[in-house]
Amino acid sequence: MKIAGRSILPTVAGRGGERVITAASISRREGWARRLPLLPALVYVFVMTQIPFLLTIYYSFFSWNLLKPGSFRFSGLDNYSTLLTDETVRTAVLNTVVLTVCVIGISVILGMGVAMILNSEVFGKGLMRTLMIAPFLIMPTAGALVWKHMLLNPLYGLLPYFLTPLGLGRVDWVSRFPMATVVTVEVWRWTPFMMLIILAGLQSQNPEVLEAAKVDGANALQAFRRITLPLARPFIELGALLGSLFVVQTYDSIYMLTYGGPGSDTTNIPFLLYLVAFQGYSIGKASAIGVVAVILTIIVATFALRTLFSIFQVEARR
Amino acid sequence: MSDRKLRPPDRIVAATILGLIIALVGAACSGGAGGGGGNSATTVTLGSVDNPSMTDLKKLVPDFQAAHPGITVNIVTLPEDQIRQQVTQDVATQSGRFDLFTIGTYEVPLWAKLGWLQDLAPYIAKDSSYAPDDLIPGVRTALTYNNDLYAVPFYGESSMLMYRKDLLAAVGVTMPDHPTWDQVAAAAQKVNSSSVNGICLRGLPGWGEQLAPLDTVVNTFGGRWFDQNWTAQLTTPAWHDALTFYTNLLKNAGEPGAGSAGFTECLNAYNNGKVAMWYDATVAASFFTGAAATNSGYAYAPTKVKDWSGWLWAWTLAMGSASKKKDAAWTFMDWATSKAYANLVGTKLGWQRVAPGTRTSTYSIPQYQQASAGFAQVTLDSIGHADITHPTVDPVPYIGIQYVDITEFQQLGDQVSQEFAKVIAGTESVDAALQKANAMAQTAGNAYKH
Repeated sequence: MKIAGRSILPTVAGRGGERVITAASISRREGWARRLPLLPALVYVFVMTQIPFLLTIYYSFFSWNLLKPGSFRFSGLDNYSTLLTDETVRTAVLNTVVLTVCVIGISVILGMGVAMILNSEVFGKGLMRTLMIAPFLIMPTAGALVWKHMLLNPLYGLLPYFLTPLGLGRVDWVSRFPMATVVTVEVWRWTPFMMLIILAGLQSQNPEVLEAAKVDGANALQAFRRITLPLARPFIELGALLGSLFVVQTYDSIYMLTYGGPGSDTTNIPFLLYLVAFQGYSIGKASAIGVVAVILTIIVATFALRTLFSIFQVEARR
Repeated sequence: MSDRKLRPPDRIVAATILGLIIALVGAACSGGAGGGGGNSATTVTLGSVDNPSMTDLKKLVPDFQAAHPGITVNIVTLPEDQIRQQVTQDVATQSGRFDLFTIGTYEVPLWAKLGWLQDLAPYIAKDSSYAPDDLIPGVRTALTYNNDLYAVPFYGESSMLMYRKDLLAAVGVTMPDHPTWDQVAAAAQKVNSSSVNGICLRGLPGWGEQLAPLDTVVNTFGGRWFDQNWTAQLTTPAWHDALTFYTNLLKNAGEPGAGSAGFTECLNAYNNGKVAMWYDATVAASFFTGAAATNSGYAYAPTKVKDWSGWLWAWTLAMGSASKKKDAAWTFMDWATSKAYANLVGTKLGWQRVAPGTRTSTYSIPQYQQASAGFAQVTLDSIGHADITHPTVDPVPYIGIQYVDITEFQQLGDQVSQEFAKVIAGTESVDAALQKANAMAQTAGNAYKH
């Protein structure tokens, strides 16, 4: 095994070196010759993602309810103007923001903590790491069902059972604290993601820097604040950014846990879109919500990327 | 920064992150691919709701095919909310993916009016043994549009009160056959203890869940959704009293976690002896096990002002007007809803499995009478007295007992029941919820004002 490993390593390195040399010398034509086989895939991806998007934009200018034949007619910006005045849309935007900020904030803090533990020399590290990743690998729907029925159900759930001595045995967590429940389930799901990214960052750190700090007389807290945190910061930001792009789209767990309720307390933008499209069958309005959601996401992503970029520049200047 | 030193771990980092992203995208994209069908003879595709009666139908399809070798039946089963969406999209776009589908009494008149359903009268006329007069009258009325049947019932239900005789007797309560809601509330209070709750009522938001029993309470309390001019009536005292009564009953003697309890949750609670009473669909009694099966009593839907407050629902088979295989489709519908089908289920799968509430003749089969001894009469009478054209005390411009038969109701009902869920959870007052619900109902009603 060892020998095999050794014999492979140089070859890999050699290949990498070759690539660098040839990459510099390929002509434009050769470049196209290399890209050409990829073109069908590119065209396929373009067709499959952009045509539905263009159709969505097209439909968003029409008043069209599936349940009302003959209702298909051009309505200009009507769908968009109703979005601005619609209270449910405002609530959904607010819920999306609350959900995303809470989930990302909490899961980054927890993920950081767990990553720190797993980065140190602790007994049973391998097992712990595997167990920690598990929530992320469970399908969101199945995870949400386990939470709803096995853990939180007031009749036979595990949590109410353990809380009975405290007089909290029959609290219906899902409908009394709907947003907190969704946040909890999503944090449970996203902490492993943050943990993995931050752990990768921590492991790329040079341990000598920490040792030097220790020699200089820094205590654990100081070392964490002045060395570990700044070094892990780009990874935290990356995790938060990637995570929020996915958490904004949370749908599965809301569908399974609360169905957007009670009232519209946990209806976020994707769930509102689902309700408008598949319960109201208002295709035009749903398309308009979709378009607005994409525009908002692009704005947020642009700002996030810009912040990230400026942070990198500051880091480089230091 | 020492860029070079970070290289190898960087690759690990990049690989980890890339792996995570691929995993996420993969998870998001992994959908099911359905469809397909045989290429021999005529294939009839049935989009069906996933309930026990339809599962039984699926099992008996080989019997049908043995008698009709020229027709292949392909049944696509999905949970209720999903089949509703799929079928709605299919018929609305007239794509003809499904030749047959299961729809409820809510959809039949609406879709018949829109021209999405095939008028079945000419087909029924062709089969002299079909006996449409044998269909239970209330159900037949619900499936009739312009004097013609547009769907045939596969399963029908009303609502009734189910109670544990032993638990009520222990606290000295006897339940009359026609109880009032006040009697039920008093009994629930009395039997309610730390180990057993008084009554289970649906609180799970959804027009087909919480709103179904609640609507029957509103109707019998004298409330209605709209007056004759389509003005929303949810701020009237009747609605206030009904909603207050329903939520208080849940608070004082109902199951814990009422906000997430639907039919299934209540069935579990009742079967496990966690609740002493349960007001729900008549079909529930077919699923009782243990003490619930042996010790249950059945009473008609409780009342206040209006008599016979039970709801009416039927799952039916309907044919899309866009179907290209109408004759083959009818042959299957005819077989699955015929008089003989009940006998087939009874002999092959067991008499307690026969779908209730469709044909009067089923109730005169001795074996079925025996299998459904306690609740057959209550079921039959409740369905018989449920009148979808006169659901309320005061006249209304709509049909439907536990729903309002307008296209907007699916969304309206879901939204309104979400507001009521907040009342049940204790985070909103009855008046505030009714104010909001009234505004939503008015928006829907405005489309019908003249």
